[in-house]
Amino acid sequence: MPVTLNHYVALASVIFFIGVTGVIVRRNPLIMLMSIELMFNSANLLFIAFARVWLHNAGQIFAFLVITVAAAEAAIGLAIIVTTFRPEKYVDVDDVRALHG
Amino acid sequence: MILFWFLAAILIASAVWTISASKPVYSVVALLLNFAVLAVLYLTLSAEFLAVIQIIVYSGAILILFVFVIALLSSGVMPFATGPNRLPQIWMPASAVVLAAFGFVIYALSQAGAMQARPSGPVGSAGVFGSVADFGKALFTVQLLPFEATALILMVAVIGVITLGGEQMRDADTSSRREAAVDRSMREAILREGGD
Repeated sequence: MPVTLNHYVALASVIFFIGVTGVIVRRNPLIMLMSIELMFNSANLLFIAFARVWLHNAGQIFAFLVITVAAAEAAIGLAIIVTTFRPEKYVDVDDVRALHG
Repeated sequence: MILFWFLAAILIASAVWTISASKPVYSVVALLLNFAVLAVLYLTLSAEFLAVIQIIVYSGAILILFVFVIALLSSGVMPFATGPNRLPQIWMPASAVVLAAFGFVIYALSQAGAMQARPSGPVGSAGVFGSVADFGKALFTVQLLPFEATALILMVAVIGVITLGGEQMRDADTSSRREAAVDRSMREAILREGGD
C-alpha cells in the first residue's frame, strides 16, 4: 500500500487533535502554547503535502507564512505569560482573575 | 513507505509526550524531537527550504524562547518549579470529544478517494519542484504580497512585545513608588502616635 495524500491528512489530523487535547486539558500556559505550536505544525504538514501532490509551491509559501505567524504568536504569547505571571506567585490560568472585573 | 510510518510513529509519540509531560522543560525536549522529525518529513515531501527553516526558526528560535521563559519564571516563582501538574476532571470528556472529532475526520478520509503524489525530481537538485531556487523565485515574484505580509506580521509582533515589556516596567516603577508612599505615611502615623 503506497503512501497517499490521505495518510498525510490522517497524520496531520492526529497531531492537530493531540494539540487540541493539550490546550483543553493542560493548565500550564507554556504547555498550552506548545500545544498551539503542534496545531500550527499539523497545518503546515497539510500545506506541504498538498503542495507536493499538486506540484504547486503556493502551499509551501503559505506554510512559510504560517511559520512566521507562529513565531510572532510565540513571542507575544510568552511576553504575555511573563507579564502575567512574573509578579504573581502562581502559574495556573484558572488563578488569573485580573479580567473578572 | 517504511520511512513514513517510522516518522509518523515518532511524531505522534513525541506529540503525546509534549502534552503529557509533568514539567514544561520535558515538553520542550519532546517538542524539539517533534520538530526535527517533522523537518525530515518535509524533506520527503521535497520541501527542502521549509525543512531547513523548520529547524532554524522552530528549534532554534521559538524553543530557545520557551526555554528562556521557563528559566526566567522558575527562578523567582516557587510553584512554577513544580507546575500545575494536576489533570482536571475534564480530562475524560475532553479526550472523548476529541476522539469523536478525530473519528469523524478518519471516516471522511476513508470516503475520499486516495490521491497519489506525482513524481518530481530528487530532493536537492536545482530547478525541480520544491528546490530552494524554485521556492525563492516564487517568493520574490508571484507570491511577493505574502512575503510583505510576513514582514508586517513580524513588525507587529516586535511592537507588541515592546509594549508589553514597557508596561511591565512601568507597573514595577509605580508599585515601588506606591510602596514607598505607604511606607512614608505609616512612619508619619507612627511618629504622630508617639508624639501624642
